Amino acid sequence: MFAAQILINALVLGCLYACIAIGFSLVWGVLNVINLIHGSFIVLGAYLAWSLYQGFHVSPWYALVIAAPLFFVFGYVIQRIVLNRVITAPVLVTLTMTFGLDLILNNAMIYYFKADYRKLTLKPPMGSVSIFDVVVPVDRLVATIAALALTGILYLILRRLRVGRAIVAVRLDRDAAVLMGVDVNAIYAIAFGLGTALAGCAGVLMALIFPISPLTSTAYLGKAFVVCVLGGLGSVSGALAGGVLLALIEGVGSAMFGPAHATTLSFVLLIVFLILRPQGLLGRKGFE
Amino acid sequence: MSRSNLILLALIACIAALPMFGGAYALRLGTIACMYAILALSWNVVGGLAGYPSFATAAFFGLGAYIGGVLLARGMPLAAAVPIAGIGSFLVAALLGAALLRLRGHYFAIASLSLIEVFREVVNNATDLTGGGMGLNIPLSASAGVMADATFFFYAMWSLLLVTAVMVMAVSLSKLGFGLSCIRQNETAANMVGLNTTLYKSIAFGLSACFVGSAGGIYAAWVHYIDPSDVFDILYSVKPIVMALIGGLGSPLGVTVGAFVYLGLEEVVWRNYIQIHSGVLGIIIVLLLLFLPHGLMSVGSWRWRRGMKNA
Repeated sequence: MFAAQILINALVLGCLYACIAIGFSLVWGVLNVINLIHGSFIVLGAYLAWSLYQGFHVSPWYALVIAAPLFFVFGYVIQRIVLNRVITAPVLVTLTMTFGLDLILNNAMIYYFKADYRKLTLKPPMGSVSIFDVVVPVDRLVATIAALALTGILYLILRRLRVGRAIVAVRLDRDAAVLMGVDVNAIYAIAFGLGTALAGCAGVLMALIFPISPLTSTAYLGKAFVVCVLGGLGSVSGALAGGVLLALIEGVGSAMFGPAHATTLSFVLLIVFLILRPQGLLGRKGFE
Repeated sequence: MSRSNLILLALIACIAALPMFGGAYALRLGTIACMYAILALSWNVVGGLAGYPSFATAAFFGLGAYIGGVLLARGMPLAAAVPIAGIGSFLVAALLGAALLRLRGHYFAIASLSLIEVFREVVNNATDLTGGGMGLNIPLSASAGVMADATFFFYAMWSLLLVTAVMVMAVSLSKLGFGLSCIRQNETAANMVGLNTTLYKSIAFGLSACFVGSAGGIYAAWVHYIDPSDVFDILYSVKPIVMALIGGLGSPLGVTVGAFVYLGLEEVVWRNYIQIHSGVLGIIIVLLLLFLPHGLMSVGSWRWRRGMKNA
């Protein structure tokens, strides 16, 4: 039963990890930018859910609907005003730029929300279900389903919508996309907006499960790194595979070596993967 | 020896006179200025000469601080602990570099960032040796008081800066430096003409970690207390890059001046906006990258060019 419990935990946590990483992966894949603000966007989403629940008793499920457009606009504006100006610069410049933006956003959150850890506690709590001795908290389960739904929506956008195909086209070959009449700067901004919206929604879901503090942003960012590298860059299925794999490694690693070493293990694995298989588990050149 | 290198040596020589004029506060600033210049100059070997976007500075700063700190706490004198911290960092970096520097661009950036996390977690979990999250206390050196202590550590950091500057100049004048700029311009071609790129890159990575690690060792002895989240702070990786960008990538003089300018900005921000200091730092980074991407040293030539156009 112990093994089954670890497996279930890993599946649930893995889908949440995938949800954390998918926006980061999209931005890296399409814009070729390592987006260090991603972690702070997630925390901001968590604060949005927390504030809406505490202030207006809005359930986190509705907060998802509010967060998505708000964060999309936020990301779109940041990309249009700031990032588009350095998008062709080398990785050093774009990475340092997103780091600077992250400092601003994170400091603003510490200033307004303080660095205390908060928790969104639903009243009444959702409890847990157990099937054959395997216990799953309901809030995690629901958050996992929502995370899967979000990933599915992104998949559909990229697959079915005209703008989604344009995003994929820019990812595959920027110059050819320009020749086909795609407005690359607009697509960059839309892709960054989508990534930000996904981060915000992931944050809303995280608020249900983890404590909220501006200081947790680097932990989310680190998870996004590892998931992207494990699963392969820029594909929805890769992020899911990477998320579940990371959660499995952390779960099994915690059970074998103790939870203190889980993070070390995941980052060592990240470096090993980078060296041996930089394209990731499901790495392909295209984006779906 | 080019003119800018001579100016750099003269600048460093001038700094040595600081204890004659300033009090303990000026000495503290001077020590940090030397430390920042060491970090920026060292980063420049990998980031500027070889063109690899390394974010590993904090990893080796922390590694050096912990090697030095643990040795000092066991009673080893500073004069032995700091070189061991430097050599240890060199070896670790050269070995890791042989593996990591095969990655390029974004992947190398991510790997070097992850190195900080790995080292921090390892130190966090080796509680018996390092004190883990509780941090490590380093005994006060028996000295003659605050001023003597401050002067001692100022000169320790200053000497290290001098050694670092000489190393950076020697590298850029040597075959190693030539090879590194070949790697920056076109690594595949450099490999094709028979340059052992892996060896060159590993040595460069090791050299850039060596003095950063030594600076970490001196820092540990200077502040008497280190903990993992303090010395493995990602800001130690980003600050040198910002300094190099302020001064203009590549030239040792530009990078050093960038470090001093950055420290000035940081000090003003710390003194006036303590609550929002990291946000202001972020704004400085964003504005710098948007409006002055080639650094302060480019302002002169830009003016000159404009003057030419008007004439």
